[in-house]
Amino acid sequence: MTCTEFLAMLDDMIDGSVSAKLRAELQQHMGCCEHCVVTLNTTIKTIEIYRSHELYDLPADLRERLHAAIMARCKKGC
Amino acid sequence: MATIQPIAGELEPHPDVALVERVRGGDVSAYDELVRKYERQVFRIAQHITQNREDAEDVMQDAFLKAYEKLEQFQGNSKFYTWLVRIAVNESLMRLRKRRTGKFVSIDEDVETEEGSVPRDLADWAPDPEQNYTQAELGRILEKTIKGLPPGFRVVFELRDVQGLSTEDTAEALGLSVPAVKSRLLRARLQLRERLSRYFRRGKNRKQPAAKEPSAAKESGAEV
Repeated sequence: MTCTEFLAMLDDMIDGSVSAKLRAELQQHMGCCEHCVVTLNTTIKTIEIYRSHELYDLPADLRERLHAAIMARCKKGC
Repeated sequence: MATIQPIAGELEPHPDVALVERVRGGDVSAYDELVRKYERQVFRIAQHITQNREDAEDVMQDAFLKAYEKLEQFQGNSKFYTWLVRIAVNESLMRLRKRRTGKFVSIDEDVETEEGSVPRDLADWAPDPEQNYTQAELGRILEKTIKGLPPGFRVVFELRDVQGLSTEDTAEALGLSVPAVKSRLLRARLQLRERLSRYFRRGKNRKQPAAKEPSAAKESGAEV
């Protein structure tokens, strides 16, 4: 397996949707390619960081104001 | 081998189905529940596309009002949230068109870049590299980094990786094919990884104290 082939399977590997046979091939490649190990681990970390640090959160007061405005118009039939 | 687990599993029947039926039967309080459930997610999608807080607030309101008005047209073939996201994305793009005085705006904008297709920064990261920054600094880094991606990548990453939608639901919500979503997700992930590497690589010292960190707002869309 080449690094390009490994990269093409990166998402499936991260999402856990690879067959046992393919997983074995990917692991074999990682056993001899440090760069692909780094790419996989840092890509997983990238997702984890974005998932745990919520961007663009709505402050509670703004959320309540927008929510009230939406529901007021819905109750009037928009 | 490490994997990222989906945030939410498939539920049958989806609890939104009953809420939608109650709204259709005239129960406005059921719509209150749906709005409360999804308002933050819709706001984030709008913010990712418009990159403007006021526009995102308007889009959030307009999307929920439009969904309420058109609820009879919702067939139930897709999930309510998927249908709602599609409305929110269209409203966001309309808002962008207004700002750009009618210039064509599409979710496909700038997606043909080859940047990030091949990893260049191959240095490993420090363990828990985000711990080297305060929450405020980390927030600025993450925001500045994701702003550098095309909107079609940002929204795919947000829906798939942050909100945990399936590839199929993301494709339906954005009006894209499944292969297009997969392609964009891979490139979004790799571009974010590449850009974050500048901050998180092993041996990397903190860039600057928080007070001297350049404002993310001033660098909207800039290379990071």
